[in-house]
Amino acid sequence: MDPQPLTIDATRAAIQERRTTAFALAEEFYLRIEKQDPLIGAYLTLSKERALAKAAEIDALAAKGEQLPPLGGVPVAIKDVIVTRGVRTTAGSKILGNYIPPYDCTAVARMESAGAVVLGKLNCDEFAMGSSNENSAWRPVRNPRDLSRVPGGSSGGSAAAVAANMAVATLGSDTGGSIRQPASFCGVVGLMPTYGRVSRYGLIAFASSLDRIGPLAKTVTDAALVLRTIAGRDPMDSTSADVPVPDYVAELEKPVQGLKLGVPKEYFGEGLDGEVRKAVEAAIQKLAKSGCEIVPISLPHTKYAIPTYYIVATAEASSNLARFDGVRYGFRAADARSLSEMYRRSRDQGFGAEVKRRIMLGTYALSAGYYDAYYLKAQKVRTLLAQDFALAFEKVDAIVTPTSPTPAFKLGEKVDDPLAMYLADIFTVTADLAGIPGISVPCGETKEKLPIGLQILGKHFDEATILRVGHACEQS
Amino acid sequence: MKISEKDVAYVADLAHLELTPEERVRFLRDLNSILDYVDRLNELDTANVQPMAQMTALGGDATTLREDILEGLRKSLPHDVALANAPDADGTFFRVPKVIER
Repeated sequence: MDPQPLTIDATRAAIQERRTTAFALAEEFYLRIEKQDPLIGAYLTLSKERALAKAAEIDALAAKGEQLPPLGGVPVAIKDVIVTRGVRTTAGSKILGNYIPPYDCTAVARMESAGAVVLGKLNCDEFAMGSSNENSAWRPVRNPRDLSRVPGGSSGGSAAAVAANMAVATLGSDTGGSIRQPASFCGVVGLMPTYGRVSRYGLIAFASSLDRIGPLAKTVTDAALVLRTIAGRDPMDSTSADVPVPDYVAELEKPVQGLKLGVPKEYFGEGLDGEVRKAVEAAIQKLAKSGCEIVPISLPHTKYAIPTYYIVATAEASSNLARFDGVRYGFRAADARSLSEMYRRSRDQGFGAEVKRRIMLGTYALSAGYYDAYYLKAQKVRTLLAQDFALAFEKVDAIVTPTSPTPAFKLGEKVDDPLAMYLADIFTVTADLAGIPGISVPCGETKEKLPIGLQILGKHFDEATILRVGHACEQS
Repeated sequence: MKISEKDVAYVADLAHLELTPEERVRFLRDLNSILDYVDRLNELDTANVQPMAQMTALGGDATTLREDILEGLRKSLPHDVALANAPDADGTFFRVPKVIER
């Protein structure tokens, strides 16, 4: 087999044309995982039986000369907050340490129906709460580009697995930047679809009005292919939208010429690393050369996004995580003398520090006497943030910004300062709060060879345009 | 300081968390520092702003009602499957410690 990192189409073609088999390829990926992953820590659980059975099924199709489905035989892996039937799913938490889901997430089922071979489950911050993957209850993930640095979070395993070629593409989830920020830190493509574009059925809930499932991949084309596979109405998620799914791959061929790209001044201010600024500005210049019109814009409420996010997200989390009570599934503390003591001890021993911190903050923000001051206030500011985007999109087709103010930071650098860690999401949370789609594509490197990401934000349900701009950036 | 030790204990109780003495000290500090930062939201006058109540109204369609299907969209899990992940079950029910405290 070609030792070069494979894309989805190249993988499928190699199996279709019998240059390799899906089975051999899956085994090759497992060997690579065995060799490399002890250093990186991207995988939490391998699903070999399931993967090899699927691979054999694809090989049987190829042997008969039948046309393989779009992801036929492609080795993929799934963030551990996404449930997989019969395959341990922990959400990066001790409280779900032995949880074997009895059903599949819709996005995973759609990937497999399209032929994907699910290699295993990927490390992440506990319940997707974190920006560095250091909040995993199992172990941190290291950035394949520099092992002393974090891969970003919370989908750190999903980004690292793609970057280290331990999966062709992966699924992650984004609540405040958790797909785009690690994609940027690891030098891969990460796409957060519009809220409602992809079913959340089977995504372990963190903040239900923000959570999205989306792909991480080596190329924009691969991200488009995965999105096409997983997008669309699902009766099991009443918030999944009944909006037609375009052929995102075909749409990539349309020229970017004439597109208006907004550059919000608030994303280029204080705190932006000099090398990141330079790379992002250069990428924008290239897009201008490809015929895009660059339009300076303002998103005036940007500085209120992080405080808004940390009220809304923690409030929803405190409610969602109330289900972990040690009764129906998950960890139960031993020797409790009463039901309420069992709840408290199970949650105390089962949740990690950051999860407890957020449950505390969220519970406080929703508690009697503080609801108006915090939660209601934040929901109102959220309306203002969404209006910022709505107004901007009257003038532009997409918005381009840095994905993260800095490249990947060192492990341990921010663990003792929750607020500093939260600020790592400063350019990504806005899109989560507004419900719009965003993508991060690699746009250069620092002197130390650390990847830098360009973020492209789009209108609701207009993933096609941001993919197209990302594709143009990738080609230039 | 917005939050006192008493508030931390009260909120922990609401959230069904016990918290060690060290955690209580740490969260007292962290929550105060985060809430100080959140205070900047008060710079904005939101008297005439509607709170964002739902995400799907932005472009999706939350108004579609599905058929009222007697058995639901998916068959219920078989009894043994539903109990399979339980920390303690007797084959029919989830088992929990004594509910009534005396």
